[in-house]
Amino acid sequence: MTALEAPGAGWRAWLLTASPRSRLQARLGALYLGWLAFLANPLALAGMAIVLALLATALLAPLLAPGSPYAQDLTQRLLPPSAEHWFGTDELGRDIYTRVIHGGRVTLTIVLLVAIIVAPLGLAIGTAAGYFGGLADTVLMRITDIFLAFPRLILALAFVAALGPGIENAVIAIALTAWPPYARVARAETLTLRESDFISAVRLQGASALRILLRHVMPLCLSSVIIRVALDMAGIILTAAGLGFLGLGAQPPIPEWGAMVSSGREFLLDQWWVATIPGIAIFVVSLGFNLLGDGLRDVLDPKRR
Amino acid sequence: MASGATSDTAGPRAGPTRPAGRGGWSLRAAGLLGSVLLTFFGLLAITFVIGRVVPIDPVLAIVGDRALPAVYARVRQELALDEPLYVQFWIYLSKVLQGDFGTSVITSRPVLEDILRFFPATIELATLATIIGVAVGVPMGVIGATQHGRWPDHLIRVVGLIGYSVPIFWLGLVGLLLFYAKLDWVGGPGRLDVYYEDIVEPVTRLLLIDAALAGEWDVFANAFSHILLPASILGYFSLAYISRMTRSFMLEQLRQEYVTTARAKGLSEARVVWRHALGNVMVPLVTVIALSYASLLEGAVLTETVFAWPGLGRYITDSLFNVDMNAVLGGTIMVGSVFIGLNLLSDMLYRILDPRAR
Amino acid sequence: MTGELSPILEVEELEVRFHTRQEVVEAVRGVTFALGREKLGIVGESGSGKSVTGRAILRLVPAPGETRARWIRFEGTDLLGLTERQMRRIRGKRISMVLQDPKFSLNPVMTIGAQIVEAYRIHTGASLAAARQRALEMLEAVRIRDPERVYGAYPHELSGGMGQRAMIAMMLAPDPDLLIADEPTSALDVTVQMQVLAIIDDLVTSRGMGLIFISHDLNLVASFCDRVLIMYRGRVVETCRAEELHQARHPYTRGLLASLPRIDQPASDLPVLERDPAWAR
Repeated sequence: MTALEAPGAGWRAWLLTASPRSRLQARLGALYLGWLAFLANPLALAGMAIVLALLATALLAPLLAPGSPYAQDLTQRLLPPSAEHWFGTDELGRDIYTRVIHGGRVTLTIVLLVAIIVAPLGLAIGTAAGYFGGLADTVLMRITDIFLAFPRLILALAFVAALGPGIENAVIAIALTAWPPYARVARAETLTLRESDFISAVRLQGASALRILLRHVMPLCLSSVIIRVALDMAGIILTAAGLGFLGLGAQPPIPEWGAMVSSGREFLLDQWWVATIPGIAIFVVSLGFNLLGDGLRDVLDPKRR
Repeated sequence: MASGATSDTAGPRAGPTRPAGRGGWSLRAAGLLGSVLLTFFGLLAITFVIGRVVPIDPVLAIVGDRALPAVYARVRQELALDEPLYVQFWIYLSKVLQGDFGTSVITSRPVLEDILRFFPATIELATLATIIGVAVGVPMGVIGATQHGRWPDHLIRVVGLIGYSVPIFWLGLVGLLLFYAKLDWVGGPGRLDVYYEDIVEPVTRLLLIDAALAGEWDVFANAFSHILLPASILGYFSLAYISRMTRSFMLEQLRQEYVTTARAKGLSEARVVWRHALGNVMVPLVTVIALSYASLLEGAVLTETVFAWPGLGRYITDSLFNVDMNAVLGGTIMVGSVFIGLNLLSDMLYRILDPRAR
Repeated sequence: MTGELSPILEVEELEVRFHTRQEVVEAVRGVTFALGREKLGIVGESGSGKSVTGRAILRLVPAPGETRARWIRFEGTDLLGLTERQMRRIRGKRISMVLQDPKFSLNPVMTIGAQIVEAYRIHTGASLAAARQRALEMLEAVRIRDPERVYGAYPHELSGGMGQRAMIAMMLAPDPDLLIADEPTSALDVTVQMQVLAIIDDLVTSRGMGLIFISHDLNLVASFCDRVLIMYRGRVVETCRAEELHQARHPYTRGLLASLPRIDQPASDLPVLERDPAWAR
């Protein structure tokens, strides 16, 4: 490409060189090129901006919306959006703006909890299946296929029915239905790693299978699992919101967006903002994750453009 | 899947006719059947676990916490909870295989009967939605691929991304607000206006078909005005998925050499794209369409709640709130079975459409 | 310069460029040649622009590529001035192309018969029955013993040699005046290569067609063609009659010739091909 000799651009030239001196330089260079490609993709940048905004909102919620999301004022019921109540108020006179801002925390919590359960679960099953092969592989992948063949939302519903409604149970139900694709990804990655020389070397040194899996295989599968998480986020958000909407996820008065849409349904015809605005929040956030995930995949896997 | 390797190599070059091999065929069929049975078994195992193991007290889950001790004891015995788990599972298995899902607490009818009554409404909705999704999504995907990188492509990509990101229940509410309440273009919630109910004899329980069979065209029109909005909204989700997959399959096919051959033969670009490339895309697309149909059955849970649509999804959620586990699990098994059936169907269609897989 | 008869194809100053995000790749630069009813070989390494030249004549260079030339005259008409619709009446009907590997260049979900009939009917408007008759004749002409079977077969059911014959039958069915064969035998087994070459030779000669034979195989081209163009990095570096190839003057051609192993002059090491960027200027 270009050989920039301008002062201060030395690091750039070092990153972009066609003949890297070390593996580190090559890898950093590749990352930098990916970053450049990412920057050139406006949709992906928009997605990143939305996700960062969500993070900032969740962290700074008490600053952005100083009031309590639970504060009721029955004299201020169902007010339309105004300078005082940007998004209006709901049927209990609570400020919708405050509730939407604080709802970001709820959504983020659900998404993070699901990711924390699903990624290690899928990783463990997938790497074990790929590493041990044979019967273990057949059995584990059969189970994975069985879960994959199922209606996710309905299965989650059935789990919630058995466990009882609530955020924790919604998280467990979503996680129990979301792990199979992760196991698939991790297994595929492990299969390519299994035969590699460095794994044989570790094995010759007498490392146990558990140690090989934990210390050598799993860390290398992590990056593809993380990409998968990024791509999955929107789906998790939508499922959680759907459960909330059905009354099976977060319970009132928690300011969860799906539940807020549900409680606004009654007033849809006359006070449209009560149900509509939390829905827009769900839409914007899941769009952000989708754009970001798409952009990441484009950068990391140029063939799939 | 695993059985494919056994006979594929039989005779692409050697044989005078198609690779003979009834053995290969029946072996593959047996493998397919085996995997279907295994998946079905897995479905029953999972529902069993959900119904009998996960709840702290499965009896309470069924009778509710205000039940009389006598009722409690009877149900406990009915569930055979004193027996070891595998015996319980065996009893559960043999009952379900006989079509006995137990009795629904709310409707006090056998669950199977309820399901057969509610499912057609869901089927009707999901089928119409899939028709919309295919009729619009496939052309969109093809155009996106042929206009790769230009504005129609970006537009189609954004339309698809929005479909992936918008909460379906919210879209349903906004749709009702706009097209029913404000504009009055479509019918409201439910399958029919009250005035038209019970006119048509239920034959297939698919209202549009029943009305057409009976020649009751005003019922048909009313039913259509009611189904149009929920079907379009579900159809939009199907469209988002189908157009995205079509686009990416088409991009791959348009790079193939046979496309160059077709152009070199002097075929029009339309023929190259819609006959040659799309002909090859149809093979994987069948699976995509089957998957999207299956996911619509699921999306129907939320849509049916929004549109007060008396289908299986609403039956499941209503039962859920009344802790009617028999009904919930029966519904889950039903939808799961349809999923398995659709997977099987797409696998068979794949073999029919792709000469290489025959 | 031209063949014995008046030329059917004249290419003057052909340029093909590919615009990528980073740079502009000049795949073909100032290629000029004329072709009579003869067999012209175009030889070069991969990336020399020989395949792109063949596709540029049919205006089939894919999207980011841009084709320019002073003219590409086919029997007097400049192909670059034609509309897309007019061009389609040239492609397949007047100028045909055979691609490298029948595994990829035939549509896998259509029968061979349907693919032959399709092209023939579009150009001649023949009835299905007549087109089928023609297809079977053509399959016979490329020495397929059981045309009926091949007619109903899918590409994956045929061997590579059979597939390539079917491809030739398809491309020659509408009786074109010029055939561009892009590495037509490279993907085939050595034993089958000669048969397929013989079929091409036979059909081209008996029908009095022109042939552009694109290949990386210097020996093959020298033995098969009347004249040879040697391409290097998008330019024609040498043009000569096939039988005079051993007297070639250009250092690149000499290098190519020297790097071929010869059974009558065994050498312990084959010389490495030298490349001088100046040749591509």
